[in-house]
Amino acid sequence: MFESLTDRFDEIFTRLRGRGRLSEADLSAALREIRVALLEGDVNLEVVRELVESIRARASLAELDKSLTPAQQVIKIVNEELTAILGGEPLRITYAPKPPTVVLLVGLQGSGKTSAAAKLARWFVEQGRHPLLVAADLQRPAAVEQLRVLGRQVGAAVFSESTDPVSVARSGVAEAIRVGRDVVVIDTAGRVSVDTGLMDEVAAVARATSPRYTFLVLDAMTGQDAVATAVAFHGALPLDGAILTKLDGDARGGAALSVAKVVGRPIAFVSTGERPADFETFRPDRMAGRILGMGDVLSLVERAEQSLDGDATGRTMERIRRGRFTLEDFHEQLQQMKRLGPLSGIVGMLPGLPKEMRNAAVDEGSITRIEAVIRSMTPGERNDPAIINGSRRTRIATGSGTRPADVNDLVNRFKEMQKLMRSSGMMAQAHPGGRRQKRKGGRVTPASR
Amino acid sequence: MRVRRHRSDDGRAPATPAPGDASAPPDRPVLAGRLGRNRPGLAGGLARLFAGKVDETTFEALEDLLVAADVGLASTGRILAALRDAVRTGAVAPTPEALVAGLRAEIVAGFAGEDRSLQRAAAPPSVWLLVGVNGVGKTTTVGKLAARESADGRRVVVAAGDTFRAAAGDQLASWAERCGATLVRGADGADPSSVVFDAVEHATARGADLVLADSAGRLHTKTNLMDELRKVRRVADRPPGRVSEVLLVIDATTGQNGLAQAREVTNTVGVTGIVLTKLDGTAKGGIVLAIHDELGLPIKLVGIGEGPDDLVAFDPDDFAAALTGV
Repeated sequence: MFESLTDRFDEIFTRLRGRGRLSEADLSAALREIRVALLEGDVNLEVVRELVESIRARASLAELDKSLTPAQQVIKIVNEELTAILGGEPLRITYAPKPPTVVLLVGLQGSGKTSAAAKLARWFVEQGRHPLLVAADLQRPAAVEQLRVLGRQVGAAVFSESTDPVSVARSGVAEAIRVGRDVVVIDTAGRVSVDTGLMDEVAAVARATSPRYTFLVLDAMTGQDAVATAVAFHGALPLDGAILTKLDGDARGGAALSVAKVVGRPIAFVSTGERPADFETFRPDRMAGRILGMGDVLSLVERAEQSLDGDATGRTMERIRRGRFTLEDFHEQLQQMKRLGPLSGIVGMLPGLPKEMRNAAVDEGSITRIEAVIRSMTPGERNDPAIINGSRRTRIATGSGTRPADVNDLVNRFKEMQKLMRSSGMMAQAHPGGRRQKRKGGRVTPASR
Repeated sequence: MRVRRHRSDDGRAPATPAPGDASAPPDRPVLAGRLGRNRPGLAGGLARLFAGKVDETTFEALEDLLVAADVGLASTGRILAALRDAVRTGAVAPTPEALVAGLRAEIVAGFAGEDRSLQRAAAPPSVWLLVGVNGVGKTTTVGKLAARESADGRRVVVAAGDTFRAAAGDQLASWAERCGATLVRGADGADPSSVVFDAVEHATARGADLVLADSAGRLHTKTNLMDELRKVRRVADRPPGRVSEVLLVIDATTGQNGLAQAREVTNTVGVTGIVLTKLDGTAKGGIVLAIHDELGLPIKLVGIGEGPDDLVAFDPDDFAAALTGV
């Protein structure tokens, strides 16, 4: 059964209500848990070490805020530290005074550069620009063809020639100027950072094209190696930022934190699915919770707000923010979710959902089953599942064509979700930008939207 | 327009036979030779290790070493507990050098007594299915296996089971062409099960020895894609087909998510072995140690580059040496 970081903290801190300061021993216990959570989340060992020390320093000085449990307060500090590293200000793309604006994509094999190139081109089109894709990966069989097909899908022209990567890139930029494209996105071959010949080559591509942005394309499931790779590429190029891919999986994504900290450059974009549209600018405040293993309620709220029915949603969103989210709300959201298209991106944001629940929400058939269970409940049961005893459970199961164990399962997992939403809701209050300000000091994140 | 660039020989693969010598597959893995230059190790930690006597900081340095290699906290804990016991009982001397050797031995011991050979069906064609998340190197590995098996004199049919990715079939076609294997492909977006089925039928009719089935990269969290994979296996297993290998391809740079990948795919279609790819980079691939610990899946092959010869058998000694990087 999933055990969130919040739960683990609560176990440590139940004794601490009302105490003025966190004791050294309690803090150390909490920091051990944080260290484990971060390492399990694939944050680099050295970065974890530094982080834990700075959290220790902040937490030892902090007065306990009486409205938050000590556990929640520590988590708040952790969340803020992570968010600060991931980048307070999202990277805002600006354009070259003299077009075209050149964007160069680099990275290891299989990180998702070619897909990202096409998605980025599509993003630029949405911004009203006219991008040209340049296929400078001449190493991988059919890489050029792949980019051509993707280019067609997103409505961006693709330039290629069978010379060498530096020449293609240079010619691509010249071609963009010739035909009046204002953005050039260059896809390059994947390369390992220890291949000095290939690292020299990519540096030569950069010299030949003077990119305004050089992005490292990084797979969200990358482990400890993220730092070595980022440092090597940054040393050869340098980098302006990173694009984190395959975020629609359940990898915690600690590599993002490591790269941001060590290279000092922001994550610019994230790729959240296999469709060209599954590409957005990076929101640091959402990633922190994911890395810790706490999910990402804020994203869910915002994404829902964008796509869903205004009034019903507004009510429900307010309830989520205030930590009140019932099965009724969940049922409503499931119905709305069905309208959002592939659900996996959204479901990846739900905090603490066990795998089965995640899969259930992704699979249309399972949504129907969950909906049926909820529909078989009385309004009273939906508002307070605690009243569901054996006979009620049997009734609900019979009415929905499921088993009592399934009903039990749903209720338990839903309670988990509620709990996490509540503590994340607490943290939401601490962030400036559209929410009540609880902490002193400067802004950690910019205003949302 | 496919430009095949030959990389400069920067000290790679001196032990593999020359391209013309197709009859003798390398009998000595080149893994160790390739990896030596990529292993800077954890400078500070190692200095501590060799500074003098063995104490708690030595074990901390060893823990750092393993965690930094993506071995994960659970497996690292197990290995170091065993090492501490060995020091306590005197099986391992309390010197840093002995400790590192003991560490390697402990890692190697975990792989003892395993059959890591690639399984073939009693009657041809054997069917080997390659699975894994997006970007790990399935298609390239299929290409390398096709090259290797063809070089060994076997008749190979390659099934372009990735019907989703743009130009995946073209990529595989290039590999098949190079080694003379037959490629069976379907239309874009076709049902991958039907492509694999066709390949098996074709292989049977032509008396081929092996069907190598590529598949689309898929995140294990996507139920519909895992359902699709289950179906592919089921169809591939229908007589005359016999799936004798389901190889899960794991990228050496993968962090702890590799465990989730392995668990889910094993639950879905059953995995017979792991292929660890991209070990020619800076990543150490320690995640396969964690996977092996938890699920007992044999690591059968290791990918060490993008060329057809860059596939070697897994060797526990070489792996342990590279992992501990001392």
